[in-house]
Amino acid sequence: MNKTYLSYNNIVSSIGFDSPTVVKNIHEGLSGITLIEDENLFPNPFYASVIDSDYLEKAFEKLHPNGDYTRLEKMMILSLDKIIKASGVELTDRVGLILSTTKGNIDTLDPRSPMPTERAYLGTLGHIVKNYFGFTTEPIVLSNACVSGILAISIAKRFICQGTFDQVFIVGGDIVSNFILSGFNSFQAMSSQPCKPYCKQRSGINIGEVAASVLVNKDQNNLVPEAVEVLGEASCNDANHISGPSRTGEGLYRSILSAFKEANVGPQDIDYISAHGTATNFNDEMESIALNRLGLGTVPLNSLKGYFGHTLGASGLLETIVGMHSLYHNTLYTSKGFTELGVSQPLNIITAPTVKNLNYFLKTASGFGGCNTAAVFKKVQS
Amino acid sequence: MSDLKQELKEKIITQLNLEDIAIDEIADNDSLFGDGLGLDSIDALELIVMLDKDYGIKLTDPKEGKKIFESIEVMANYIAQHRTK
Amino acid sequence: MKAQDLKIKEYCRISNNRVLLNAQLLFEDLGGDFTTFIKMAYKKMDTNYPKFFKMDDLSKLGFLASDILLKPITQDSEKPKNIALVFSNSASSLKTDRKHQESIVDKENYFPSPAVFVYTLPNICLGEISIKHRLYSENSFFIFNHFNAGYLHDYASSLIKTEKADEVLCGWINCDVEDYEAFLYLVSTEGSIAHNKEEIIKLYTTK
Repeated sequence: MNKTYLSYNNIVSSIGFDSPTVVKNIHEGLSGITLIEDENLFPNPFYASVIDSDYLEKAFEKLHPNGDYTRLEKMMILSLDKIIKASGVELTDRVGLILSTTKGNIDTLDPRSPMPTERAYLGTLGHIVKNYFGFTTEPIVLSNACVSGILAISIAKRFICQGTFDQVFIVGGDIVSNFILSGFNSFQAMSSQPCKPYCKQRSGINIGEVAASVLVNKDQNNLVPEAVEVLGEASCNDANHISGPSRTGEGLYRSILSAFKEANVGPQDIDYISAHGTATNFNDEMESIALNRLGLGTVPLNSLKGYFGHTLGASGLLETIVGMHSLYHNTLYTSKGFTELGVSQPLNIITAPTVKNLNYFLKTASGFGGCNTAAVFKKVQS
Repeated sequence: MSDLKQELKEKIITQLNLEDIAIDEIADNDSLFGDGLGLDSIDALELIVMLDKDYGIKLTDPKEGKKIFESIEVMANYIAQHRTK
Repeated sequence: MKAQDLKIKEYCRISNNRVLLNAQLLFEDLGGDFTTFIKMAYKKMDTNYPKFFKMDDLSKLGFLASDILLKPITQDSEKPKNIALVFSNSASSLKTDRKHQESIVDKENYFPSPAVFVYTLPNICLGEISIKHRLYSENSFFIFNHFNAGYLHDYASSLIKTEKADEVLCGWINCDVEDYEAFLYLVSTEGSIAHNKEEIIKLYTTK
């Protein structure tokens, strides 16, 4: 079977418009989460990680675009543009495009949006990105709740192994919208302070927005220094409840076990876990149970939600990219917002940037619909 | 009070889409969650919205809801005491 | 397992107020709207699952079509089956998205419903099916402008070939403003229809 690699990557976020800047800011403990007062987004002030609109406009203008684009389209195009150019990959019929998003241009459903509501169709979003760059294959849009970002990597890998494509560009993105904020608030899931994953004082999530992108390659020739190999991945449903995670962490447990099996690794091989850590009571508790069932309670772990908030369909991809850089720099980054363990099972939460030789990391995510995914990545240049 | 209880039963059946349950099948002291009507966590959140929308009662702590939604009897008493509309 | 050895075991279609299993008509009610039709179909199929009535239209449609194909396989089985779910459509969860959006437009009447919001993700339908049939398997929900037999074929083949799943329930479930359509098929090592792009298109377009 072909090996697959994650290579060129980019992050457009509230703490930087390229991966190196974002990673540097994480190292320095800078969070993009701020208090926002905008009645068009939510009736009361709320904490979220939002990209500066002027900065986004200016960066996008530099591409000299023709036509009108939505906020998310601008973010996604900016994110992909850099890696398509840097990789020099020609967009032939051997190159796929996967978009990972939960809600796409959902803001266009708002009557105040200047864009037509047809823009809310995710297939339309796919075609706008496709046509901007001139991809020659039909875009694949994945909308699988909060696991979409990692599942997109699995899907790219499988299409490559199956021979459908040689290379796949993935872009994951979601925006902070009144749609999402009102919904999570109705679930009483929003935190009234910057989120505190795994902490005793945690009280829910913050929403965030990013567009993250990566080139998935079967070719070992076109790799960047921070490239990783996708060793194993799996997705398993909890078969328990459509919104609440399984109390035993069944789906996550099975996902990790199955990813380990394919990767041919065990808990002792994992140097670092980039976990989901949304900072809701139930999610973080469930993760602590699933991880301990697998003997992973002592492996250094962080959640990056304290920097970006929960970026929904992009989060798994975003956090995988940060994980790639973590391995490359041999540095574990702080799980921001954490002070005191607030889950029932032990976890080794990273509380300060730590230099350590890192070769393998595990990325996990869980989401509505009972879905869970796990993937194991290995540093290419060690 | 019995009018309010009747009203609550009707609302719970229609808003929570309890298709196969009739009003007279819900006793005032039946538990609404668990083995009783079998409501779940989303139903509890939906009842919190109903309290706000129809009776002007704002609950911010879902745990508070757990006690109030124990049965129709408990719910009706709570609403009668705290309603603002 | 060679991909060319895979078969389509069975398929189910729900559209134009008719329910078909393979080529056989199971139920039709040509007069009613979707809500009435799907409720009658649910009763006719002896589904007996009260949570059905809490679902949004997309989930009801996908759940019912899946139940027709999966019930014979999962109901008497002690051991959970490893059947992956790979669904696609063009409208994602937009029908329910519009409903949620309506609930937040008016600031004076701002009461978003958690029971509506939870269905503003297309994969919730996959969760509903997984719960009913005890499937701890992989779920993916793709959005394409049109039914894409090529991608579905390659992806289902890959899942079985790499032993991620023993069987794959695949297809298209779509609910939009005035239209709905479900077409699901079970990819397996058993069956009489070849699993290839041409056959999938043929089954999909025979209405």
